[in-house]
Amino acid sequence: MTVSAQNIDNLKAEAISIEERSPFQVVMMRFVKHRLAMVSLAVMIVIFIITIMAPYITSFKVDELNVNNYFVPFGTVDEATGRVHYLGTDNIGRDYFSRLIYAGRISLSVALLSVLISETIGILVGAVSGFYGGWVDAILMRFVEFMLSIPQLPLLLIISSMLLRNENLIPIPEAVLNFVGKIMLLGPKDARNAILIVIILAGFGWLSSATLMRGTILSLREQTFVEASRSLGATDVWIIFKHMIPNAMAPIIVDASLGLAGFVIYEAALAFLGFGIQDPIPTWGNMLSATQQYMFDKPWLPLVPGLPIFICSLAFNYIGDGLRDALDPRLKL
Amino acid sequence: MNTKMQTQEKTDLLVVNKLTKYFPVRSGVFQRTTAWVQAVDKVSFAVKNGETLGMVGESGCGKTTVGRSILRLIEPTSGEVTFNGEDIIKMRPKSLKALRRDMQIIFQDPYASLNPRMPIGEAVMEGLQIHKIGHPKERWEVAINMLKKVGLEEYHARRYPHEFSGGQRQRIGIARALALQPKFIVCDEPVSALDVSIQSQVLNILKDLQKEFGLTYLFIAHNLSVVEHISDRVAVMYLGKMVELTGRDSLYREPLHPYTKALLSAIPVPHPEVKRDRTILKGDVPSPLNPPKGCRFHTRCPIAVAQCSQAEPEFKEARPGHWVACWMVE
Repeated sequence: MTVSAQNIDNLKAEAISIEERSPFQVVMMRFVKHRLAMVSLAVMIVIFIITIMAPYITSFKVDELNVNNYFVPFGTVDEATGRVHYLGTDNIGRDYFSRLIYAGRISLSVALLSVLISETIGILVGAVSGFYGGWVDAILMRFVEFMLSIPQLPLLLIISSMLLRNENLIPIPEAVLNFVGKIMLLGPKDARNAILIVIILAGFGWLSSATLMRGTILSLREQTFVEASRSLGATDVWIIFKHMIPNAMAPIIVDASLGLAGFVIYEAALAFLGFGIQDPIPTWGNMLSATQQYMFDKPWLPLVPGLPIFICSLAFNYIGDGLRDALDPRLKL
Repeated sequence: MNTKMQTQEKTDLLVVNKLTKYFPVRSGVFQRTTAWVQAVDKVSFAVKNGETLGMVGESGCGKTTVGRSILRLIEPTSGEVTFNGEDIIKMRPKSLKALRRDMQIIFQDPYASLNPRMPIGEAVMEGLQIHKIGHPKERWEVAINMLKKVGLEEYHARRYPHEFSGGQRQRIGIARALALQPKFIVCDEPVSALDVSIQSQVLNILKDLQKEFGLTYLFIAHNLSVVEHISDRVAVMYLGKMVELTGRDSLYREPLHPYTKALLSAIPVPHPEVKRDRTILKGDVPSPLNPPKGCRFHTRCPIAVAQCSQAEPEFKEARPGHWVACWMVE
């Protein structure tokens, strides 16, 4: 085997192209090679597209009752209008397929919003705590540890029942209600219910991301480039936003994708226990919850909303794993 | 012109007076301060406008602490640092920020001193952004100009630090320090992490830039040959104290302090047949936690007498322009 001139040229071209890659491109390259994560990403994209298209692919309204047609089997045709109940109907005759799609939209939006809010709070609190250290750090971290040491599910139940019963306990601006309502295809009143659940989930979700962020910041704080920036006259805010947070994003991105899986499950758990988003708003969790009495006679009823919960949490976990591998600087491909 | 230059050279740009930095050692559950590391103890010197003051000493002697205290990257315990007639130590944050335009630092480790997620062009113009100098477009041009000054090209500006070699990164660090057009730069061992062949390249860039911009350097190093190459005057530190300070030639030809003599005798001579008269110091450097009483060097000094362990020698001008702290020098 000899190395031809052509090969050497190829090598050179490759060497040059490697040099031209930005860190983002390198991460993308590694992520694409993670097969399970790519499949999961594809599955999630399909699920997102389906839920975004909800009004166009469903023919029934979520709260459209047909009391004479409860528990009809898959694929039953509605005789009056000729529409098809692809997944049958539930115990009060609502189209199961429509509810499933709309529920997906709501459950996923709740998870996404919760992740956005909890990661933002976590990043800020963790950055301040790690950067300033001293008593600021001590107070913030003791608070976080205190919160983390409380059994979460009972506390979540208490808080959510408290918030759901006293609607005006937390005032939510009209604009937010309308915005969230538009995302989830809900009226302002129902949107309030969803937002409360987001607040509850994010209110606990930020704790772990704050500790994660703090750890990363602690190690970054001692880096010379931070000192260099200070010697240029940078303020603390500048250093945190320009140097700390961009360098601490890798674990946060991974945490966020794993957090999505966690929030999908947490939302379902709350709803299953009857403290989440309330019927008639459909979510995967309360659809599952509603089947409790019937699940031994009609086992497909819990499977229909249960399967997407399972698939989404699995997919988000795999995506998180893929991102973790791709963002790890010690792995060089 | 010439006389004007000379008078300018004589004025002191930076005066350091009895600069002291003790680091607390904390231990126990309550993190009480149980001891102090005397990193720098009452160091006084002046840097003249346009000169390069070399500062040598073995690791742990406080060279870097001096450099960072001058820039207030660490807060000194006591002492005065006067830059251009202003006391830096008493400065409030606002005037300190303005001062940062005039004083810059080049770091030892070229791998850690650049943010891995920031393109180097942005890193170079960071100072301009912080001080809100010029429009974004002008800043970018300044950055590219500075990169060109240190031998890099425009197309490098959008690349990330990991795409550069150690020497290139060190030059980027120099460009970053220069972008604000400072008067004074602390070079904290800028070449000690580099390959020997790259060292001279970086040193020559530093020298050229000094000529072009009229810069003043405090050049911290532990390599005596490097310091001889670049410095006008040289200061020698030992265990947090300055022991000798004089012009380069007089230090290398007729050192007065026994520690300096021992250091100089350790420089390798590039000739196989030349017999060197080496002064080998006994023992290790004492801990700065508990430095020896009297002259800090007396435990290892070949010419120490009883007096040395009792009283500390004053840092005095033994010859014109030649400062030394030793009882045995008259």
